[in-house]
Amino acid sequence: MDLNLTTEELKFRDELRAWLTANVPKDWDERREDSLEVRFEYLRSWQRKLYKGGWAGISWPKEYGGRGASLMQQVIFWQEMALAGAPPMANVLGLGLIGPTIIAFGTETQKKRYLRKILSAEEIWCQGFSEPNAGSDLASLQTEARLDGGHYVVNGQKVWTSYGWAGDWCELVVRTDPGAPKHKGLTVLLLDMKSPGVEVRPLRQMTGENEFNELFFRDVRVPVENVVGRVNQGWDVAIGTLMHERGTFGAGLQIIYKRNMDRLIDLSRTLNKNGSPAAQDPLTRQKLAQCYAEIEIMRLNQMRAFSRINATGVPGPEGSIQKIFWSELNQRFQQIAQELLGPYGQLDGDDSHAIDKGIWSYGYLRARGNTIEAGTSEIQRNIIGHFVLGLPRSY
Amino acid sequence: MEFGLSASQEILKESARKFFAGECPIAEVRRLMETDSAHDPALWSKLAEQGYTGIIFPEEYGGVGLGKVELILLMEEAGRALLPGPFFSTVALAGAVLDAVATADQKKKYLTAICEGKALSTVAVLEGSASWDLSEVRMSAANGLLSGEKLFVSDAAVAGTIIVVARNGIFIVDTRAPGVTISPMSGMDLTRKLHSVHFHNTPAEKLGETLALSRALDVATAALAAEMVGGMQRTLDITVEYAKTRKQFGKPIGMFQAVQHQCADMYLETESARSAAYYAAWALEENVPDAATAVSIAKMYASDASRTVGNRGIQIHGGMGFTWENDLHLYYRRAKASETAFGDATFHRERIARFVIDARAVSAHRA
Repeated sequence: MDLNLTTEELKFRDELRAWLTANVPKDWDERREDSLEVRFEYLRSWQRKLYKGGWAGISWPKEYGGRGASLMQQVIFWQEMALAGAPPMANVLGLGLIGPTIIAFGTETQKKRYLRKILSAEEIWCQGFSEPNAGSDLASLQTEARLDGGHYVVNGQKVWTSYGWAGDWCELVVRTDPGAPKHKGLTVLLLDMKSPGVEVRPLRQMTGENEFNELFFRDVRVPVENVVGRVNQGWDVAIGTLMHERGTFGAGLQIIYKRNMDRLIDLSRTLNKNGSPAAQDPLTRQKLAQCYAEIEIMRLNQMRAFSRINATGVPGPEGSIQKIFWSELNQRFQQIAQELLGPYGQLDGDDSHAIDKGIWSYGYLRARGNTIEAGTSEIQRNIIGHFVLGLPRSY
Repeated sequence: MEFGLSASQEILKESARKFFAGECPIAEVRRLMETDSAHDPALWSKLAEQGYTGIIFPEEYGGVGLGKVELILLMEEAGRALLPGPFFSTVALAGAVLDAVATADQKKKYLTAICEGKALSTVAVLEGSASWDLSEVRMSAANGLLSGEKLFVSDAAVAGTIIVVARNGIFIVDTRAPGVTISPMSGMDLTRKLHSVHFHNTPAEKLGETLALSRALDVATAALAAEMVGGMQRTLDITVEYAKTRKQFGKPIGMFQAVQHQCADMYLETESARSAAYYAAWALEENVPDAATAVSIAKMYASDASRTVGNRGIQIHGGMGFTWENDLHLYYRRAKASETAFGDATFHRERIARFVIDARAVSAHRA
């Protein structure tokens, strides 16, 4: 165990730090209240800047536009981004889930075709996994793809598709063999969202935003060369994606968490509790310290996980603890923010009395989804119980 | 940057696990906990032969010269085995204090004896206030003599020396010196005995200044957090094993999600406590700016998590978990004693608040 940076890592860190100092947009703090779409375009141009600077896809192979650096350098990247107060990147799912899936399972042609444009945010990706009747029980999904010459013809429906509204491409899990046991008849397709027969409907979530969507497919034709991995073995590919979602995706979240924490500590100095600044209130101090510590532990858990993945090559089921940790932590954190703000916590950004332009009321509502999206806390605990601890399957 | 253990660290951890499993199985723990001291001189000699008593101390004093990470790994395994007796008190606590504050001559005398396995020692901090805030220490040496009472002193009855934290310095006292009265305190942890120590005009040798103590206490605190991680891991292992074999309604209870999810939380808490303890050890070893914060984070988290892991483990065992015969309560007792030692979660949260709200010491060392 040695958390000191190697000479190479140190060089990487210094170079990155200098680049971030010169390039992190100064107006990011002011942009948080922008609408979803405006914010997305802002983050997209930020990602493009990172890509041009050579900072997108740190651990992705060089020949596909990545930096060809180690996974640990990827960890350093997120830490430095957090320290610099940098905005996150726009193509969240492409970078975190779909790119790594294509790297692991894709053909050479697919890698050449898709990866670079994920990094440059030229093509935004979404993920077509869940369906109305296949949520936690994902393998029971019904969207079917029938082979017709050189194409699969897709019919069905997906739901909770984050970034569906922005998506140029979609990693789609479909049933290609309805006769096989449910895990055995699935295939992963890369779907051009502009294909005829794809309909994207907004799905308004409790924050009021349309961050995610419903997708409908009517005789959508997907060329067979867009199959990722092998036909009818899509479950392995999908699980590969989900392992990334659970295990490594959270690393980027520290950017947001650390920034929220800093902001809340600052607020605690100006907001009063029992007649003096909240920062002096013993109970508030306890709660802030607890959150601070947990954010740090989240970072450390992530670092340990990355070291393990670095050694084994793939994220394993133990990554589910990262998902549980970041989602439940954010809910606790947002609640503490609410306690600190009192009645102000509920105010939306358009209210002239709102603190920080309403980010805390949004943050509280948005956090409610954290323990549901990307696999519910219940499913993550099932995964740990069965796949990590070896307890018998409950279903 | 590598958060995984090196090959030699893995070997150390593995061999410690085997050593404790062979030399100090749970039956032996139970035998020792029924004695007055929970100390076995024969076991102690074997610990010394392994080099464990000198693990982090310089070779010039007979130590092995390894780092804090190695200490933490050893403590984790000691915690898993519920190692009884004065190992923590002597090595991770008294040894660390001597190493940090004593003069070279004093180290030659006291630390060498610890490394060689010839001396047992402990540190007396708490008084009637039971506060881990050193500014609340009232005892003061006058003309080289100590008077007053220290409480919750671990393993004092077997210690040859006691290191005493006073307002005007850190002192070492021979337990056979005049005016020393050691009485047992009957604590919850049967494997680590507590004592009150009364001094009446007892001659004491000054080791150093009280200000120099905090780093040594941080080392002991991190070591204790690691020991707690070991206890949590063992509690989890015992519980998972039980959940796989115990049947109700014709099925192993581990098949029920209400049970599985408790086990998953135990795993999450154990792993998180481990991440925090390992990082604290590394931060102390490397003297990074946020080392003290890291120690408080580790102890804060372990203090709460070792209790909840114990609660969940016993709950899953049902009535069996509540019996004397089942081993879980031994870990549960240790967890409670360790929870408050060197500050409970509330204490450490306040300490973290001082670092990150008041001082806003930016952890400059982030990668």
